[in-house]
Amino acid sequence: MGTIAEIQAEITEEFNMLEDWMEKYEYIIELGKALPMIDDKYKTDDNLIKGCQSRVWLRADEQNGKIIYSADSDAIITKGIVAVLIRVLSNQNAEEIATADLAFIDEIGFKEQLSQTRANGLVSMIKEIKFYALAYQNK
Amino acid sequence: MIDGSKIRAQFPALHQKVNGKDLIYFDNAASSQKPQVVLDAISNYYHYDNANVHRGVHYLSQKATDKFENTRKSVQAFINAKNSCEIIFTKGATDSINLVANGYRSILNKGDEIIISQMEHHSNIVPWQICCEISGAELKIIPMLDDGDLDMEAFENLLSEKTKLVAITHISNSLGTINPVEKIINKTHAAGAKILIDGAQAAPHTFVDVQALDVDYYCFSAQKMYGPTGVGVLYGKKNLLTTLPPYQSGGEMIKEVSLKKTTYADLPHKFEAGTPNIAGVVAFKSALDFITDLGIENIAKHEDDLLKYAIEKLSEISDIQFIGKAKKRAALVSFNIEGLHPYDMGVLLDKMGIAIRTGHHCAQPIMEHYKISGTARMSFAIYNTKQEIDSCITAIKKAQIMLG
Ligand SMILES: Cc1ncc(COP(=O)(O)O)c(C=O)c1O
Repeated sequence: MGTIAEIQAEITEEFNMLEDWMEKYEYIIELGKALPMIDDKYKTDDNLIKGCQSRVWLRADEQNGKIIYSADSDAIITKGIVAVLIRVLSNQNAEEIATADLAFIDEIGFKEQLSQTRANGLVSMIKEIKFYALAYQNK
Repeated sequence: MIDGSKIRAQFPALHQKVNGKDLIYFDNAASSQKPQVVLDAISNYYHYDNANVHRGVHYLSQKATDKFENTRKSVQAFINAKNSCEIIFTKGATDSINLVANGYRSILNKGDEIIISQMEHHSNIVPWQICCEISGAELKIIPMLDDGDLDMEAFENLLSEKTKLVAITHISNSLGTINPVEKIINKTHAAGAKILIDGAQAAPHTFVDVQALDVDYYCFSAQKMYGPTGVGVLYGKKNLLTTLPPYQSGGEMIKEVSLKKTTYADLPHKFEAGTPNIAGVVAFKSALDFITDLGIENIAKHEDDLLKYAIEKLSEISDIQFIGKAKKRAALVSFNIEGLHPYDMGVLLDKMGIAIRTGHHCAQPIMEHYKISGTARMSFAIYNTKQEIDSCITAIKKAQIMLG
């Protein structure tokens, strides 16, 4: 298991091998499909991230001092993006998660996903992921 | 006949690449692009005419005031209002509705009722909810039928002597439904109530004659009519606006101010507190001239052709579901593709240079009715073409394969 920076570099490399936007999105869609879905019983309003056009549920658990995230979305691209985030941030220390710099999203060609449009929830997802980490840190 | 390429040439924003592709803009129901004449009018205003209106005796202030007031006359002619003082400039349709709803807070009492419908834009729902909360009046909702028409029978049953105001959209921004406003207005008046029509989607596409309609209040936004953002219109009958309490207060809207008592200015200034969006209002005249020169019936015909063509072509897509199949519709089509989330569709189309709208279109009660989270919506304007629809259909099919 690598550090947050290492995994980001790995993902950036994977995406840089893809030729154009279509291949990149096809890969994201694939990742979305591969993300294990969370159990319906966790798809509660409490776990729902508000402010996304698609619905995203995020769950966090603590295991041996690391935070394990799982997530789901009704939109497949959103699910792919959250899958990438989870690959980078899950199973890490709370402090590292809370302070992680996620520049890779821009580098892999998903800059528009970072825009402030309320319709796409990436910004809220990152906030929520970090929020959990902060909460564990302060416990 | 409308010469599509000549018209397109007048819209600079249409001539750009998005993600390496020629932009196809199908989000006109949210905001239309602006022709060069409107852009020039904004720029010219700031270059040569800028001054505050209704205040100075000097040359520029009078010039700016004249231009500002000329737009009022244009709007008056555009909707055939009897008096120019019945045209109030606002920030947009939302602001216009808020202006009226704010006034009704002190007009209504417990036991009174306001009727809206299930197919309203949030801006014709929330102001009335707040108005009811404050005044103690009750909000009644006309339900929709599955095809996207209003349930007129239910409407008639809701009307009573308790009804004080009915606020209904002329054309639905999510379904395209053209509501039978003449009938709704007549029934409302017969019940002794007043009527507000949200014309945000209608004013760009249909000829509106407020006197023939006998409508009490009518609202729309310049930004959906090839005009600037931040400019809207509230039309109201003179006698009603005269008694409607003021909305915002401050400069411009007063006759005399002393620290004990202030008297308000006459219409329309009573409702235009502060310095308005002068450049926007001035340029709005150019947008109205643009529409009038083309002929709104020609615009409607062009958009109807596009709508028919789009529906025909979209029908070829497997698993497509149209949301809203009202008998009379205008300028937009909402749909879903089974198994696909509209957001995914919107993202992939954007990568192909196509702007459509996805989501709940600020009309969540409609989505609730159909038990969906949103739709994909293509909405048309005078500069759109059948070739663009063809490209969009090809792109949808491509996205469908990618997502499948
Ligand atoms: C039917 C309807 N009413 C009101 C509005 C609000 O218009 P604005 O945002 O310009 O105030 C819209 C805009 O989408 C609309 O479609």
